[in-house]
Amino acid sequence: MKDNPLLHTFFNWELIAGTFPRLLTEGLLNTILIAAGAIGVGIAIALFTAMLLLSSRWWIRLPARIYVDVFRGLPVIITVMLVGVGLPAAGIRPFGTNPFGYAILAIGIISGAYTAEIFRSGIQSVDPGQLQAARSLGMSYLRAMRLIVVPQGIRRVLPALAGQFVKDIKESSLVYLLGLAVGQRELFFIAQEEVARTYNSSPLIAAGICYLCLTIPLTHFVNHLDRSLREGRPARRTSRPDEEPAAGLASAAATAGENR
Amino acid sequence: MTEPMAALKVTGLSKSYGHHVVLRDISLEILRGETLCLIGPSGSGKSTLLKCLNLLEAPDSGQIWLGNTCLTDPRTDINRARARIGMVFQHFNLFPHMTVERNVAVALTSVKRIGRDEAHQTARRRLAEVGLAAYAHQRPSRLSGGQQQRVAIARALAMEPDVMLFDEATSALDPELVKGVLAVMKDLASNGMTMAVVTHEMGFAREAADRVAFMDDGRLAEIDTPGQIFDGATHPRLRQFLSQVL
Repeated sequence: MKDNPLLHTFFNWELIAGTFPRLLTEGLLNTILIAAGAIGVGIAIALFTAMLLLSSRWWIRLPARIYVDVFRGLPVIITVMLVGVGLPAAGIRPFGTNPFGYAILAIGIISGAYTAEIFRSGIQSVDPGQLQAARSLGMSYLRAMRLIVVPQGIRRVLPALAGQFVKDIKESSLVYLLGLAVGQRELFFIAQEEVARTYNSSPLIAAGICYLCLTIPLTHFVNHLDRSLREGRPARRTSRPDEEPAAGLASAAATAGENR
Repeated sequence: MTEPMAALKVTGLSKSYGHHVVLRDISLEILRGETLCLIGPSGSGKSTLLKCLNLLEAPDSGQIWLGNTCLTDPRTDINRARARIGMVFQHFNLFPHMTVERNVAVALTSVKRIGRDEAHQTARRRLAEVGLAAYAHQRPSRLSGGQQQRVAIARALAMEPDVMLFDEATSALDPELVKGVLAVMKDLASNGMTMAVVTHEMGFAREAADRVAFMDDGRLAEIDTPGQIFDGATHPRLRQFLSQVL
């Protein structure tokens, strides 16, 4: 096996096994930190931006539209460099010299642009009757959105949201461009250091396995969440046998299913 | 300040969508405890008029008074006023992500600022009144259309409104489910609730209404007792409409 150059370059088990400890003890946590931070920043920006995008006034929509179009349109690497290198160089240093903050901000800004569109489409797909019903009960526009419309809209776009989160996790590797100190290194950075040291690509395979261990379960978890929200919680019935619908009403419930 | 006799009073109400005029100079009073049915051909403006009454649709001109509150005055807190007007929709518009009980309780806690336990107690009582206490912990989608509409009525009633608006509340229901909803509405009417009811159920209008208003092409063409409207109709458009629906 050692004679096969392909296997030796990508699947050198000693190197893979040798990289894993540092990937798991240092890299994984930092990747999760950057990704989770970026996702958090992205969601906060996205909720706000989506509300602006849904405004009936063009001059409220306009800045949100520009933001979304610009940061969805730019290559990720340009945004990361502009935020991570450009901002500090221009004297704007909210995170000092710590590249972590800039990485989270840059990836969060990009994520926010995509997620805003996801939220907007989800919120727009909610039946306008839901807002009318909420307003007719005396809720203000913002309260009706918060309690009634937005939760329904977000539930509808969970799969798309999962895709965005996966993208954020992967893009957290771009923090590499900003340079990291010992202790701050994330998965890709550690793997790349090993590659440079050993002239062998196997450490990248190890890092790739770590990324997949994050992204694949996340996708399946969100899809599972999506399914269980769609199908309701049948467990209710077994936990409350006293509230089992009467037999005569079962057929009525069945027709309701068709109506919906 | 003495409360006026009219629970709801509309003067000179007009509304257009672009060049399409939907409501033309409508004036109308609904007295306390009165049930007023709005009938007329589709597109005559009944539903738009009803949605103007709680400003879900903004009128272009005219005034709307809820007791002593002028709803069309921009200084009026419209959210507070809307909390006094219950509305029931053609497609129920229950909140699908909440249990039936929370559907009824959510406005009590978030609008009326009633404590959670008390709100849910009230919700269960209201659900019991429409015969659905057993479904409190179900999602609305597990209920039949008729049951969902009764939940919607309970949700509106829980706010203890001065006026109830019904927008074709039975039009989306299978025929065998209509009866139960109409029975709840008749109960309400005979218990002195002030109601404005847009309906295609002429039987309900005849039996439960104190007055019936016939709308045609955005105008309030005729308004009278059910007897006069259904048996003594003189207005040619009303006669034509009744001959088609009866």
